[in-house]
Amino acid sequence: MKKIEIIIRPSKLEDVKQQLSAIGIHGMNYTEIRGFGRQRGHTEVYRGSTYEVDCLPKIKLDIVIHDEALDKVLAAVTSSARTGNIGDGKIFIYDVLDAMRIRTGERGNAAL
Amino acid sequence: MNAADTAFVIICAAMVMLMTPALALFYGGLVRSRNVLSTSMHSYASLGLITVLWAVVGYTLAFGGDVGGLIGNLSYLFLNNVGAANNGPVDNLPHTAFMAFQCMFAVLTVALISGSYAERIRFSAMLLFSALWLIFAYCPMAHWVWGGGWMAQMGAVDFAGGAVVHMASAAAALACAHAVGPRLNLGRSMSPNNLPMTLLGGGLLWFGWFGFNAGSALAANELAAHALVTTHLATAGGILGWMLVEWKRTGKPTTLGVISGALAGLVAITPAAGFVGIMPSIFIGFVGGIICYGGVLLKNRLGYDDALDVVGIHGVGGTWGAFATGVFAIASVNKVDGLLAGNPHQLWVQVVSIVATWVFVYVVSRILLCIVNALVGLRVTPDAELSGLDLSEHNERGYSL
Repeated sequence: MKKIEIIIRPSKLEDVKQQLSAIGIHGMNYTEIRGFGRQRGHTEVYRGSTYEVDCLPKIKLDIVIHDEALDKVLAAVTSSARTGNIGDGKIFIYDVLDAMRIRTGERGNAAL
Repeated sequence: MNAADTAFVIICAAMVMLMTPALALFYGGLVRSRNVLSTSMHSYASLGLITVLWAVVGYTLAFGGDVGGLIGNLSYLFLNNVGAANNGPVDNLPHTAFMAFQCMFAVLTVALISGSYAERIRFSAMLLFSALWLIFAYCPMAHWVWGGGWMAQMGAVDFAGGAVVHMASAAAALACAHAVGPRLNLGRSMSPNNLPMTLLGGGLLWFGWFGFNAGSALAANELAAHALVTTHLATAGGILGWMLVEWKRTGKPTTLGVISGALAGLVAITPAAGFVGIMPSIFIGFVGGIICYGGVLLKNRLGYDDALDVVGIHGVGGTWGAFATGVFAIASVNKVDGLLAGNPHQLWVQVVSIVATWVFVYVVSRILLCIVNALVGLRVTPDAELSGLDLSEHNERGYSL
């Protein structure tokens, strides 16, 4: 099992969700986060004073999948989240030891 | 006694009362979310504290019989002799109506100062300073201008409070900014927490200002109608002035700029509303919007932290308005001619009143702040400031979303 952590633009959340549903991923969690990387922040002006805001809003999706599904998922995410500009986000992939569905006690892939 | 005038002034008093909650919304939206309640509290505390002090001692010091041109006597202490009879300064109104109308001005003026020390003052210090300031700064100023004191005797005119309300609160605000010192981490992440709330507050201030300026005619007459029109037009001019200069300087017009420009126009026309013609009022508001934009930039140049720009808007706008009154006043409106109508003397007395107001109120405020600092300490600890005054001073949070 793999856990993938996907950081994307907030405007791309719906596209990514739709693409993942289309390839059979029916569960995920997402969090609204703030952060910065290579993409520069933006400028805000209040009464003539200019402030540089460097932390931008992003969405972080967490999904746990079967090992075989990984390439399909990566392809779906990159095709739906990419704009080609700096700030499209990153994907981190982790190995998962085990999983368990609380209701039934199922373990491993069956719990996903 | 006149029933129409009485009804009008009662409604205007209620409209001016609404300006203080409106100010709480206006200021509350501009601070960071951890100080939204403390900043709103400054306005509501003024409604409680200043109202009571006004009834006990403030009204008589401002409007009691003149003592040497400096202060009112104690004939109205505890509102003694202030009843339904028309024995007040104006004989078309019950004395109570006049007293209540003036009470709302005092409350608002004290609340206005809070924009400068927001986000770092100790609440007890704010209360003590406000109480002392009402007695030692506001009451003398109100007496000098409206209670028959030396500024009135000299012939300086201030229709609805350019000196008493706006310059006085701004001079106090400057003293507070100097005495309390700048906020920690100034310049980093100072985004307003809720600009829509600020816009709502600003809009309500505009509404209340009709009571403030038109009501200052103290009668439902032609002068009140004139003041309402000049007030509305100057505010519109202020919006355009601020928007224009901001668009040119930073590339985009902002909603905060538009509502700040409206306020600048309102402040600028306040002393002039019942003295200048209608077309000049547009000019006064327009120029007010432009120079108040410059006014808010001053604090960065001069290095004081007037958090919500009381000096930049009320100080600069009020000073401009008092000056412009001396330039544009015309006797056909209200018996006073200014420079353009061939009476340069009026401009001279306006300038004297401007300088006297700034110097008197600044000096008194600094002295009072010294006393308050020695008694309770002006400023919260750095930890309390960084965690926000809502929690550290009031055990509350504004938003639990």
